[in-house]
Amino acid sequence: MFYREAGIFKTSYASDQALFRIPLDRLFVIGVVAAAYLVVPFVGDQYWLGSILLPSLILSIAALGLNILTGYCGQVSLGTGAFMAAGAFMAYKFASNITWLPIPVVIVLGGLCAAAIGVAFGLPSLRIKGFYLAVTTLAAQFFLLWLFQKIPWFVNYSIAGVPTAPPREIFGILVTGAEASPAARYLFVLTFAVVLALVAANLVRGRIGRTWMAIRDMDIAAELIGIKPLNTKLSAFAVSSFYCGVAGALWSFCYINTVEASAFDIFRSFMVLFMVIVGGLGSILGSFLGAFFIFLLPIGLNNAVTTFGLPIATETITYIEFMVFGALIVFFLIVEPHGLARLWQIVKEKLRLWPFPY
Amino acid sequence: MSELWFFFEVLLSGMFAGTMYSLVALGFVLIFKASGVFNFAQGTMVLFAALCFVGFLEMGLPMVVAALIAIAIMVAWAFTVERLVLRHLVNQEPIILFMATIGVSFFLEGFGEFIWGGDVHPLNVGIPDDAWFVGPDGAMMIQQFDLSAAVIAGLLVTVLALFFHYTRIGRALRAVADDHQAALSVGIPLNQIWVIVWSVAGFVALVAGIIWGSRLGVQFSLSIVALKALPVLILGGFTSVPGAIVGGLIIGAGEKLAEIYIGPFFGGAIEEWFAYVLAMFFLLFRPQGLFGERIIERV
Repeated sequence: MFYREAGIFKTSYASDQALFRIPLDRLFVIGVVAAAYLVVPFVGDQYWLGSILLPSLILSIAALGLNILTGYCGQVSLGTGAFMAAGAFMAYKFASNITWLPIPVVIVLGGLCAAAIGVAFGLPSLRIKGFYLAVTTLAAQFFLLWLFQKIPWFVNYSIAGVPTAPPREIFGILVTGAEASPAARYLFVLTFAVVLALVAANLVRGRIGRTWMAIRDMDIAAELIGIKPLNTKLSAFAVSSFYCGVAGALWSFCYINTVEASAFDIFRSFMVLFMVIVGGLGSILGSFLGAFFIFLLPIGLNNAVTTFGLPIATETITYIEFMVFGALIVFFLIVEPHGLARLWQIVKEKLRLWPFPY
Repeated sequence: MSELWFFFEVLLSGMFAGTMYSLVALGFVLIFKASGVFNFAQGTMVLFAALCFVGFLEMGLPMVVAALIAIAIMVAWAFTVERLVLRHLVNQEPIILFMATIGVSFFLEGFGEFIWGGDVHPLNVGIPDDAWFVGPDGAMMIQQFDLSAAVIAGLLVTVLALFFHYTRIGRALRAVADDHQAALSVGIPLNQIWVIVWSVAGFVALVAGIIWGSRLGVQFSLSIVALKALPVLILGGFTSVPGAIVGGLIIGAGEKLAEIYIGPFFGGAIEEWFAYVLAMFFLLFRPQGLFGERIIERV
């Protein structure tokens, strides 16, 4: 009734090609973003902003990146963590050696370096497909992490080997490092998430996104209709790694406040892959839903155990977490391969008739 | 002269270690051949089988009984996976199945540690653990343990190869691997075949788990070590049992040699990634692996 596609007349090309063509959709998204900017920082406390929303948003960016590669271009990657690490370490190099660079530029530069590395490790994808490719991305995962751990140049020869993220300001407000207030860090990360999500949404519905999807659906057929696999696959790797790199840089600079390789191990790569699967392969919204879901699930489990006062040891909760994760992945793949994003779509379809069904 | 002996010592120990990778890779190949599923959970199955075996041993059961119960558990596991996961994902894309096995792997890991705990369990099944010295003045050292492991791996491969070639079930497995539809149409029960093949993979996992476990202790990191089987696989080709063996030997030897001779220039620990990078470069030249079947794609 209130939510409908019918009766909306587009009178110009611009409105026909708008990102959100249904007014209610547009209002909803604008409303959510406005609330995230104007309400949440004042309502949320230290814990909610700094330990829940902040990491979830950063992981959303990483999930967005992997979703571009896996969901839109069909190339499975198990090396997300490594590309995040690349972004984090290169951003650290820029921030500590060229101190006058503004912090957003530093983060973007970190992302660009990750993109370059991503292209290098994406090269095998031109000859290798499917599982074979998944295994070669493991090469990126193990090799890059080893590189960042073993070469002291990356951490400016710091003796401890784990440098802290340098504090940086925007408009006189600290946004990175341990002293920055959670609200400032949250807003900084939120801006990145919103901008990157917008860019991704526009990329995937444009020419480049369509070539990605053509390659995903059937690469030989795509080649026959004149899509160059070289440009397409490598651009997907580049964009995806850029997103992951930005996410990694933000993770180091705004969340954990240290630049260390162990934060980006293979477990992180799997986590991001799970976010993409649970959220929905090939969906921008799904990346966010999946990231929040997977990040909050263990926290929720822990809280459930403490509130009900169940006598379960901490390790046991970790094991149960693993089991729940695994079961969820299988469950989603069987029941709803399009993930949480598809559930949202179903809700929207129901809304069309609500509250006056036939 | 002794340098040359040392070289051979490293080469041999690498190849022995490689046979252990082959053992894990073998499980992958079995399942991939019979069902086209790339079973990421094989590494975790190695850990789980070893955990069960050790768990029953620590309860005071004799070794044979513990092994039998562990095998029974792996068969039950195969049955469960077929029933709850594979059956519902028939005709899905391979990559979806692959991701499902990642989920299965996480579940099994949590389940195993939930039941048996996350501690390191030492395991001793009586494999001799002395060293032999050969060559002039004992210049070359051979670990008996490595040798026994290699012999066990070789035996297992021979048995499996015979099983595949000369039994009814083996023939059915090969038929399913060749063409699901055709196999179904001549009356081969697909679901049953899957259970069998996952059980056999479970058995291979148990053997691998016992050998790995008595070397490193049965612990969580076993499943990470088992990931090393992946480069072995892509080097040898997913569909080839001999490929898994040869791939294992190349990876094992290459890794050890690289660690000893190239490692010091880079600050060591290149073992962690050498196998993957080697496999990656290899794939650039031969995408189907050493013994894999040539992939012909049509629109």
